[in-house]
Amino acid sequence: MNITHFVMIAIGSIFLNNFVLSRFLGICPFVGVSKKLDSAVGMGMAVIFVMTLASFVTYLVYYYILVPFHLEYLNTIAFILTIAALVQFIEMFMKKNMPALYSALGIFLPLITTNCAVLGVAILNIDSVWADGTHYTFIESIWNGFTGGVGFTIALVIMAGIREKLEFADLPESMKGLPIAFVTSALIAMAFLGFSGMKIM
Amino acid sequence: MDFKKNFTKGFFKDNPVFVLGLGLCATLAVTTNMINALGMGAATTFVLIGSSVLVSALKKVTPNDIRIPIFVVMIATFVTIVDLSMKAWFPALSSSLGIFIPLIVVNCIILGRAEAYAFKNSIWNSAVDALGMGIGFTIALSLMSGFREIIGSGTFFGFPLFGSGYKGPLMMILPPGGFLMLGLILAFINWNSLRKSNKNGGVK
Repeated sequence: MNITHFVMIAIGSIFLNNFVLSRFLGICPFVGVSKKLDSAVGMGMAVIFVMTLASFVTYLVYYYILVPFHLEYLNTIAFILTIAALVQFIEMFMKKNMPALYSALGIFLPLITTNCAVLGVAILNIDSVWADGTHYTFIESIWNGFTGGVGFTIALVIMAGIREKLEFADLPESMKGLPIAFVTSALIAMAFLGFSGMKIM
Repeated sequence: MDFKKNFTKGFFKDNPVFVLGLGLCATLAVTTNMINALGMGAATTFVLIGSSVLVSALKKVTPNDIRIPIFVVMIATFVTIVDLSMKAWFPALSSSLGIFIPLIVVNCIILGRAEAYAFKNSIWNSAVDALGMGIGFTIALSLMSGFREIIGSGTFFGFPLFGSGYKGPLMMILPPGGFLMLGLILAFINWNSLRKSNKNGGVK
């Protein structure tokens, strides 16, 4: 267990390589669900939950099913099926056992299957290598999924907060709606770019 | 719908990126230069045509209730073909597009066309529709990356345009530039359609 790796993953996926603002993963929900603060928080929580679980499951699928059978090249198919099944399972499990949580997060779950951040984190966990050539360990992958979800939520909540205020702004007709949302994202991304001057280790 | 209309609707009128708002992740991420844009456009077009034809060919035997997982497996098959072929023949392009090649699976354009068009139409029409939409996607990527590459690094397809001493705003090829360019292009499209509707004696 290497504590610096954990710190590097957390700062990396929340600030330096934020999933939305710097890696461009999960843009559709970022634009689609950022109109209201409440639903942005709900979506963020659902994404954190699914990204953590997806990292957990896809790591096991890759290293204990695909690698022993030398089927590494099938990872895209295997991961998307695993994620789709996982989301479906979470939805059914929540509906039956946690109705309160289901009514809060339920409507966001079907949207998450096609969220590239989830498939993205699964592939990144497999592809990323440390400076010494070793791959992410099991715990590091799960941590990467969790912190990636936190980074997504931070970006989504900042965006929703700004867009709620923008509703009352006096904008030119042609900038209303999506165009101003993207220009706002550009400004937020610029602010996050400031973190890339940070040197860890 | 006649052939020409079906083929060209994806170019501008129903452009998947600018009008339908699909496939935004790839549009923002890979458009830092023209070569990436054309590579990504070609890869997506191939997957789109392959999956549309297959979905359309098998629409009689596909059970309605589980059609989405079946579509996803078909799409993932074509994405794997593209991924492996690119790694074999274009390793440089493959490594600069990186994770966005496997992520074509979750590009909403492809699942959207399978669900909205190919599942209800003949094989030939689906192939034409897919080719048109793929070209529309490539047009959108080229437009974005053309502006970003020329402004940000002063080159076009890697050739310097303004001499070697050009120092452009580097921001345009960094992530914020992608968001800014997309916002401005969408604003221009809105402005243009508002102008047209005003000219035709619409509101105001």
